This record gives sequence, C-alpha cells and structure tokens, in this order.
Amino acid sequence: MADERSIKVDRLSVHYHGQTAIRDITFTVSKGMIVGVIGPNGAGKSTLMKAMLGLEKSKGEVLFFGKKINAIRKQVAYVPQRNSIDWDFPVRVEDVVLMGRFMHIPWYKKTSREDRSRAREALEKVGMQEYSNRQIGELSGGQQQRVFIARALAQDADLFFLDEPFVGIDVESEKIIVELLHQLSKEEKTIFIIHHDLSKVEKYFDELVLLNQTLIHAGNVKEVYKPDFLKEAYRGSAAVINEGNEMVVVGP
Amino acid sequence: MIENINSFIFQLLNYPYLQNALFAAVLVGIICGVIGCFIILRGMALMGDAISHAVLPGVVIAYMLGASFFVGAVITGVLTALAIGFISQNSRIKEDSAIGIMFTAMFAAGVVLITALQGTSVDLWHILFGNVLAVSRTDLYFTLGIGIFVLGTIVIFYRPLLLSTFDETMAKATGLPVKWIHYMLMLLLSFVTVASLQTVGIILVVAMLITPGATAYLLTERFSVMLFLSAFFGVVSAVTGLFFSVIYDVSSGASIVLVASVLFAIAFFFAPKQGLVFKMLKKPKNETVAP
Ligand SMILES: Nc1ncnc2c1ncn2[C@@H]1O[C@H](COP(=O)(O)OP(=O)(O)OP(=O)(O)O)[C@@H](O)[C@H]1O
Ligand SMILES: [Mg+2]
Repeated sequence: MADERSIKVDRLSVHYHGQTAIRDITFTVSKGMIVGVIGPNGAGKSTLMKAMLGLEKSKGEVLFFGKKINAIRKQVAYVPQRNSIDWDFPVRVEDVVLMGRFMHIPWYKKTSREDRSRAREALEKVGMQEYSNRQIGELSGGQQQRVFIARALAQDADLFFLDEPFVGIDVESEKIIVELLHQLSKEEKTIFIIHHDLSKVEKYFDELVLLNQTLIHAGNVKEVYKPDFLKEAYRGSAAVINEGNEMVVVGP
Repeated sequence: MIENINSFIFQLLNYPYLQNALFAAVLVGIICGVIGCFIILRGMALMGDAISHAVLPGVVIAYMLGASFFVGAVITGVLTALAIGFISQNSRIKEDSAIGIMFTAMFAAGVVLITALQGTSVDLWHILFGNVLAVSRTDLYFTLGIGIFVLGTIVIFYRPLLLSTFDETMAKATGLPVKWIHYMLMLLLSFVTVASLQTVGIILVVAMLITPGATAYLLTERFSVMLFLSAFFGVVSAVTGLFFSVIYDVSSGASIVLVASVLFAIAFFFAPKQGLVFKMLKKPKNETVAP
C-alpha cells in the first residue's frame, strides 16, 4: 500500500492568536527521502515542523506511513534550532547523546551498558568521541550541532527533523553531517531539514517543500527549484538569475 | 570557637528538641537543594518564590478549620501554579507578571486572614521566618515522609525531568507529557515549602531553593553531580546555621540562609572554572573571549 511508504500532510494550518502562520499546506513525500523545507524568514518553516510533530495546535491531518504522530513518537528524532538550547546547562557531550536513548529505557531501569555503547558509537560517527567529557558550551557551533546529530543517531529513529542544522557551522562539520544524512537516507530513513538560504539546495535534498505561509510548491528538487517558484516564495527578497543550465541564486 | 562547638554538641546530646531541629534542618537542606536544581535550570526562581508565599493562606485556613496545614498549603500552592499558567496562557500578560500578581494576592490574603484572627495562637512571625527549635517528633516524621516522597519521585522521574528541563521541544516530540511534568514539579515545590515552614519560614524558603543549587552550578558540569553538591551545601548550611543560631541565640532560619549565602559568595569568587578570580587571572592569556 502506498500509505505505508509515504508521509502525507493534508491541509495543515496553524494560527497564533488569530494570525495565520501556515495555511492549508498539503504535500506527500516518500520514505527514505531527504526533504528540504525552504522559505524566507517567518515563512512558517519551524511552525510546519512543529505542527507535523503535533507540538502546535493545528487543523488538518498528518499521516506518517499511515499512522498518526502519537503512534510513532519513539521513532522521531528532533534536532532543535541552535538558539533554543541553554549552552550553559551542566551536561557533558556524552550525557546529551545518551538522552537519545531515554525513550527506549523503561522508567524502572537504569541506563544499560548497551545504551552507553550505542551513544558512544553515535559520537564516533560524528567524529566527536574525543570531546565526550566536555561541557556542551565549550564546543564550536559545528561541534555542538554534531553532538545533537549524534543524539538523533543514538535514538535509532526512522524519522529525522532538523531545524536549520547548517546555520553558523564550519565547513568540516557541515560535510560530516551531510554525509551522515545521505547514509541515513540510504537506510530508508526519512529526513526533514529546514534550510534557510538557497545555496546547495540541489546538492543536499531529494525533495523540496517550498512555502511562504501557504505552500508554493512541493515535489522533486528539480521540479520545485525553479526561478518562478522561488520568486513567488521570496517575493523579491532573493534575486534568482538563470545562466544557461546553471541557476545562480543570490540570497537576501 | 572550639568551646562553642563543644557546647553545641553537649546541648545536642542532651536536648531532644535540638536533635529534632537538627534532623529537620538537614532534611530540609537536602530536599530544597535537590528541587532547587530543577528550579534554577528551568529559570523558575520567581515561581519558587511565588509558590512558597502562596502557601500562607492555605496554612491559615487549615488552622481555622482545624485541618492539617499540610493539605491547606498544598492546595493553595498548586492552585497558584495553575492560576499563573492560566493567566499567562489566556492573556497577553507575561508569565513573570502573572507570578507577581498571583503570589502577592495570595500572600496578602494570608496576612489579612491572620490579622483577622488576632488573639489566637497562629504565630505569623514563626510562619514567616520559621522556628526550627519548636519542631516536634511528629513534625519531624512528617518532614521525613515528605523528604522520602520528593526524593523518590525525583529518582523515578529523573530522565524525563532532565530531558524536559534541558530540551523541552525534544521532550515533547518524543511524547513526554511536559505540562504534567511542570505541574508535578510545582506540586513537589509546595511539599518542600511546607516541609521548610518551620525550619526557615515562608519568606526565606526561596533562598534554600536557589542558593545551594546556584553554588553547585558554579562548581560542576554534570547535572547529577550538581544535585548531590546542592544537597550537600543545603545540609552544611543547615547544620552550621543551626549552630550559630543556638550559640548566639539568633533566628535559626535567617542564620541558615546566611551560611548558604556565604558559601555562594565563596564559590562565586573562587570556583575553579566559573569563579570570578580565576576568570580574571585567565583572561589576558586567552585570545578568544568566551561568549
Ligand atoms: N509561539 C508563537 N506565538 C506567536 N507567533 C508565532 C509563534 N511562533 C511563530 N510565530 C509567528 O509565526 C510565523 C512563522 O514563524 P516560524 O518560526 O515558523 O518561521 P520560520 O520560517 O521558521 O522563520 P525563521 O527562518 O526565522 O526560523 C512568524 O510570523 C512568527 O512571528
Ligand atoms: Mg525557524
């Protein structure tokens, strides 16, 4: 059945105090895709993600492989926007990654050796094992992001939601993260990534959801990443120039 | 000083009321220290202050009805937490203003009730500032019960509490009932306040919640260690404060809080990593300035 291989968002709307943040967003993506959620500032990208995860009051319906969000919560890994974390919090890198295991540990049990080794493996995958004893505030932006990716990996999730993972990070970290995400996509994991600027869109994503309060267009990257759609979404705040086969995008 | 310590120990061995006081103060130091860590990291210091003040009318009404003051205190404490949430979610009033409105209202109601009851034996001074030397055996068992309940709850819910404190959105995304966890903490906070009534009193409870935790926060980078350190500083403050209160015959609650404050001041200046002195010494060498 097609349902079990796809994520369907049907007429999803969110209002904050009577003001529309997103309206009637409808799209379908299939399992194992890397999906870019693209749009200008305040377009409602974070809101869309939160509404899909059932964290914001919304109208409409979202089905993950035919199921409602509450049935698959343990399979959802979420990487928050960097500015929503208190970097002075007294946790070390390894403690943060271990949090990815929490939902799998019953309340009456202690964290097992296996949970710890899973966490350690995840940390190795992002190349941060040497930093496992550091307090999280003592890392660079890219390293911090890698730690949160490691937490998501440790969770063994099927669905990944990342809110602007590439903002303010170094090239090296970005490369490591992108490689890992492609690896995950090969393992049939579905990944949603909010992406702020338009660079590298074609390289990173399989599918795009382009929105500005309402859906502009969704589908395969090649189909969506076109000057007309982008112009409509960014309404003049980004200049899009077509040069032969290459499309050059100048961000706002 | 040695004489004073000997005299304190002598009194401790000979007067059961002082033993009760010491046990009660130690227990309060532990539970306040532990709950305080969550209060600090969730940025809810003002909420702690609010709940502790809001307990007053509950205590007075319970006294008027001849009911257990514990029940009264918990009811008004939790009602206040709910009312604060209700106001800030259903109007444009921000949470800190909602807290300010609610806790002063509750506290004022308590004071009015007490003054209306003049001539009875409700002692406003003792409720406000504590009187640890009046702790009875029954009070002590009662405090012990609260302590076991509070610590047990924290042990059982340690992981959900930690995750929802550190990363609320992820906690919600993985299905933790974040709102219920918040109200559970408020409930524990009311319990802890009631347990602390006799030791430090309503007004100074917030110091026992915040100060030892803040001291611990400056000294460690692990949450579990912070919990233990905070409880430890709570106990040290309680014992040392009680000592000064007995020897110099001053208010027990206030001297306990003062000791806690002195510990904080020491950590603030001399903590190995976060201390002001070492930060100043290190600065010229480092080229990058920490954010
Ligand atoms: N909690 C909230 N209460 C009220 N309005 C909100 C809230 N969160 C978001 N909004 C509003 O909803 C709109 C969409 O916000 P959202 O954060 O989803 O945008 P975004 O596309 O993620 O933007 P950015 O690129 O800046 O992260 C904005 O106009 C914002 O002001
Ligand atoms: Mg956003």
